[in-house]
Amino acid sequence: MGMYSKSKFESNVQYTKYLVNKELARRFIAGENVSEHLDDIEKTIIPGPKPITRCCIYKERHIIGERAKIVIEPLKDNNVIQILRTACDECPVDRFVVTEACRGCLAHKCQEVCPRGAISVVGQRAYINQEMCIECGKCHDACPFNAISDVQRPCLRSCNAKAIYIDDEKKAFIDYDKCVSCGSCVYQCPFGAIVDKSFILDILQLIKDSEGNTKYKVYAIVAPSISSQFTEAKIEQVITGIRKIGFAECLEVALGADIVSCHEAREFADTIEERKWMTTSCCPAFVKYIEKNYPELMSHVSGTVSPMIALARIIRQMDDNARIVFIGPCTAKKMEINEADLKGDVDYVMTFEELRSILDAMEIDLTKCEESVLDNASYFGRIFARSGGVSTAVMQANKDLGINANMKPIKCDGLSEVVKTMKVASFGRLTANMIEGMACKCGCIGGAASLSHGPKDVTEVDKYGKLSKEETSVQAVRVFDLESVNLERNYNINK
Amino acid sequence: MKDIQVCIGSVCHLKNSYDIINRLNELVNSNGYNDKLKVKAAFCLGNCEGAVCVKFDDVIYTVLPETTDKFFDETIRSKVD
Repeated sequence: MGMYSKSKFESNVQYTKYLVNKELARRFIAGENVSEHLDDIEKTIIPGPKPITRCCIYKERHIIGERAKIVIEPLKDNNVIQILRTACDECPVDRFVVTEACRGCLAHKCQEVCPRGAISVVGQRAYINQEMCIECGKCHDACPFNAISDVQRPCLRSCNAKAIYIDDEKKAFIDYDKCVSCGSCVYQCPFGAIVDKSFILDILQLIKDSEGNTKYKVYAIVAPSISSQFTEAKIEQVITGIRKIGFAECLEVALGADIVSCHEAREFADTIEERKWMTTSCCPAFVKYIEKNYPELMSHVSGTVSPMIALARIIRQMDDNARIVFIGPCTAKKMEINEADLKGDVDYVMTFEELRSILDAMEIDLTKCEESVLDNASYFGRIFARSGGVSTAVMQANKDLGINANMKPIKCDGLSEVVKTMKVASFGRLTANMIEGMACKCGCIGGAASLSHGPKDVTEVDKYGKLSKEETSVQAVRVFDLESVNLERNYNINK
Repeated sequence: MKDIQVCIGSVCHLKNSYDIINRLNELVNSNGYNDKLKVKAAFCLGNCEGAVCVKFDDVIYTVLPETTDKFFDETIRSKVD
């Protein structure tokens, strides 16, 4: 089925999402009204006669239909992270369970360490009273036979924002007041029961309506983490492939990152005395986490727009009729573009997973594409894609601009570290004065909607960074009229 | 006020369009054309084969760092004086 075999994907979940997006894109491009062909789409993807993972092909087909509907129908619940109730397999709710391996030993270390007295021994077997269990995991660590299993639901474990709950029917549900749309659950659910709304059909419509970019130009702006994706081809070929979809121009968001590092370096120097500490603002899930959990600390969040927005505004300064599509690894970016103070800057967000499905639907073979160049940003703008990159870039800009403010950064690699650091900050016990926050482990290269999440991705990003013509952020932005571009956030109007 | 648009798309950028922007700005300043000309960066003017592309009065020219002064004297100057 299609140009890329299953082996190109990290998991069957990613593959299934891809198949649905690709099938929809293919039919849309052929001029079909996709919502009238849901039955065909379901049968194309699940031909049968034997089911793959579920009880029967009818349930599997139904789930495919639900997936397709999320792509076709307008966004619900004002959040791009959605649960497919039918696909949720009602994983066990009790986290710690005594297994067959329990020998009913004399020592009863599990019972000894349990701080709540939740463990009793019944018939030579330990038993956990789930009503009393606080899921501390001490019994699990103490058992000499590894007989107590930790089977926390992957969705719950993945959600550091603590936004996932289990309802009466044992199905997962998301508390949207807490969700930061990082997409971690989307990536971690082994049943693919949590998805990020795809806007590929809207994007294809936007391109179609441009009538070959004559009515308006559609710009693709790509996140620097693209360098670790589509590695079967050269980055230069990937750029050509993206253009072939029908974009007028393909630009690198890393240039926006260069603009941000210069702006943030100045912001730091100008405000740090009063604020004492500040955070970065390029990761929308990180900013959302603070907004939802520590609204009183929002004054410490950098007021600089993200690289995506900075570049979009630069483009709009030059072309006021531009349409802009961001391509990246991030689900939270799909939310960021709808923030009240940013609305209208970027039209749509497409993930790398979705990009792959469109390329294949259009039968664009990257390895056969000629090479075209992508070069505006500096090394420092490009390494924004990985953990530690943002603070390195801001520090460098601080030096190159001759500000020399005393910057002591701490990097939070992933939302779990963000949670800890923000707690420390809220107690006023930070030793650093600059928090680099990234909701995904390893930074954007570990993004929820990345096609690959391997350790080699860091090397790929650094390699791509070193190809830059411009050496520093300051050099990369030198020709822009930044004075007349608004690079400030206005968080207040989002309340 | 007229715009001189210099392409900074990837191809033109690699052919040193940033240097052209800087040189044109110098020429605009030293000739006292600040109220007549504005040098602007532009994303892809759609003629990558003719990089570096410079658009002036709706015409796209090919300019290189070493031909910038000549371009300014021959093409721009006559249209603003």
